[in-house]
Amino acid sequence: MTGRTRPIKVLVAKPGLDGHDVGAKIVARALMDAGMEVVYTGLRRSPGEIAAAAVEEDVDVVGLSVLSGAHIPLTRRVVEELRANGAGDATVIVGGNIPPSDEEAMREIGVAGVFPTGTSFDAIVEFLESTVTT
Amino acid sequence: MSTKHQPERVTWESGLEIQPVYTAEDLERSGGTGGIGAPGEYPFTRGIHPHMYRSRPFTMRQYSGFGTAAETHERFLYLIEKGNTGLNVAFDLPTQCGLDSDDPMADGEVGRVGMAVDTLADMEEAFADIPLNEITVSLTINGAAVPIMAMYFAMARKRGFDLATLRGTAQNDILKEFIGRGTWIFPVEPSIKLVGDTMEFCARNVPTYSPVSVCGYHIRESGASPVQEMAYGLAIARAYLDHALDRGLDVDSVARGITFNFDVYGNLWEQVCKFRAGRRLWAKVLKEQYGATDAKAMQLRMIAGGGGAGLTIEQPENNIMRGAYYALASALSGAQTMALCSYDEAYTIPTEHAAKISLRTMQLLVHEVGLADTVDPLAGSYFVETMTNEMEDEIVRVMDKLDGEGGIVKGVAEGRVQAEVSRQAYERELLVETGQVKKVGVNIFRDDEDERAIEFHGYREEEAARQVERLREVRTGRDEASVTAALDAVEAAAREGRNVMPETLDAVEAYATVGEVCGALRKVYGSYREPVRF
Repeated sequence: MTGRTRPIKVLVAKPGLDGHDVGAKIVARALMDAGMEVVYTGLRRSPGEIAAAAVEEDVDVVGLSVLSGAHIPLTRRVVEELRANGAGDATVIVGGNIPPSDEEAMREIGVAGVFPTGTSFDAIVEFLESTVTT
Repeated sequence: MSTKHQPERVTWESGLEIQPVYTAEDLERSGGTGGIGAPGEYPFTRGIHPHMYRSRPFTMRQYSGFGTAAETHERFLYLIEKGNTGLNVAFDLPTQCGLDSDDPMADGEVGRVGMAVDTLADMEEAFADIPLNEITVSLTINGAAVPIMAMYFAMARKRGFDLATLRGTAQNDILKEFIGRGTWIFPVEPSIKLVGDTMEFCARNVPTYSPVSVCGYHIRESGASPVQEMAYGLAIARAYLDHALDRGLDVDSVARGITFNFDVYGNLWEQVCKFRAGRRLWAKVLKEQYGATDAKAMQLRMIAGGGGAGLTIEQPENNIMRGAYYALASALSGAQTMALCSYDEAYTIPTEHAAKISLRTMQLLVHEVGLADTVDPLAGSYFVETMTNEMEDEIVRVMDKLDGEGGIVKGVAEGRVQAEVSRQAYERELLVETGQVKKVGVNIFRDDEDERAIEFHGYREEEAARQVERLREVRTGRDEASVTAALDAVEAAAREGRNVMPETLDAVEAYATVGEVCGALRKVYGSYREPVRF
């Protein structure tokens, strides 16, 4: 991690009611193995709780995992909460069952990177390494 | 012997090493043929019925449900018309988490991954005119099983069915929800108590109903190996059984109500041996450890299939072939019921077209290629019997290890089981990413261009709004005083440690909602706090 003063800090979060957390947990591990600092919220967090955790942990990145199809309304609410709580500068990335046709809408909400099912760990790590400055 | 052409090592996902050739000596060394027996006889290695599919093919029970009860009802009728012989109901996440459709946490999730059910009115609409004893219904409900099962029984009773002869299944396996899937509501101990309430209620009032379907399935989907899937599944079933016996229930009447739900993907032979070994082991556990005397109590009855974790978003049509092989494995394993993940299910709710292909896959196994011709056709194979013996030994070893660490309930409550399973999921994914575990279309035989011309299930927000409106109408039309009294009675039953099912049945008959019943129970039991370990 040349040029960094400290490791990238990531909050991995499961918004909404979706209980499928295999993806969130394995991506969390992969990011840790890549040298990042990772905090995982656990399941069923409200947008407000996620924003509060992002502020408290002072993270650079908020990574949401949604497999239920509710990624647009949930992400929108998380981004709103982040902005309302002074964490609007965090890089927001989203993974899960995201149809290609929704990627545009996700970016408009304020998502920096969309990583649908099937994305390699390397792709996520490289994106964060090149996007996030610490 | 020349080592020049020594074949590469082959190791199953469960860690067992596979020889290039198996002989009678290998079989003898692994424990011999003594445990094979006859179909329909203890220890049921060859299947639980003497003639298996010759007397009745496996039930075909595609998982379905979305939007409102009315929309789901239409899909049910479609599947039945196409030859589905059972129903397997998907509920939306608010329902599964015990929340009403107008709860703030339900916003954006109503009817999305399954059917929204708030009150008995929804249950009545979903199953209108469906002959519940011919087309048996499996309710995929866990955390909210108490109100949903009560609604199902209330609906059946209103329709004129006698609970004493009502057939069907509820998933109602809360322990696996803490490991994978995540639709828990209450803390671990009261959650098990509620499963016990349903088991006791059914043993006394709905004796032909299966109140629990223990799911190795989701544990495997979360990262467990096939051996662990079976070992954890049997350990969970034992935990429920122990709880029921502590209440003074009789082992024979309770054990027959426990069914199983297992996963099929990965190595075909490993799955077949897993099932034959698991079936034999469960029979031995019931007879030798629990002293069961009724053969039905010793029989491992299962739905097997699915295979969601085996499907890929890359080259999605390949999933049709995967599904066919999973169905083959399931039929060779003597499953009672089968459901396949549809080829588009790696990324969306199946389209009608995809669901029909899954159904046709199962139908042609029975009607076209002869899978129903004879019972357990792999029996006696040196390879299959040797590995069935070896798998059984491995399952026992994992179960003993679990017992040595304090048992499955403790392991789940402390988050140790979850952590182990998710660590394995990560290691497995690394093996796929580095090409050591091969997936066609993913890390071998990839296409240069991404051909994901896939159709996503459309979510209709107006249907969610309709559901909220309907809930309000039901609330307005009901007798509020009797609802309040009934909910107080549910709470009192919980507080006094009594079985909450009779009071819940009264409450849902008065049109109390899923959220209200779970709310009354939350007041007593509190909510689960997840030990976040990964």
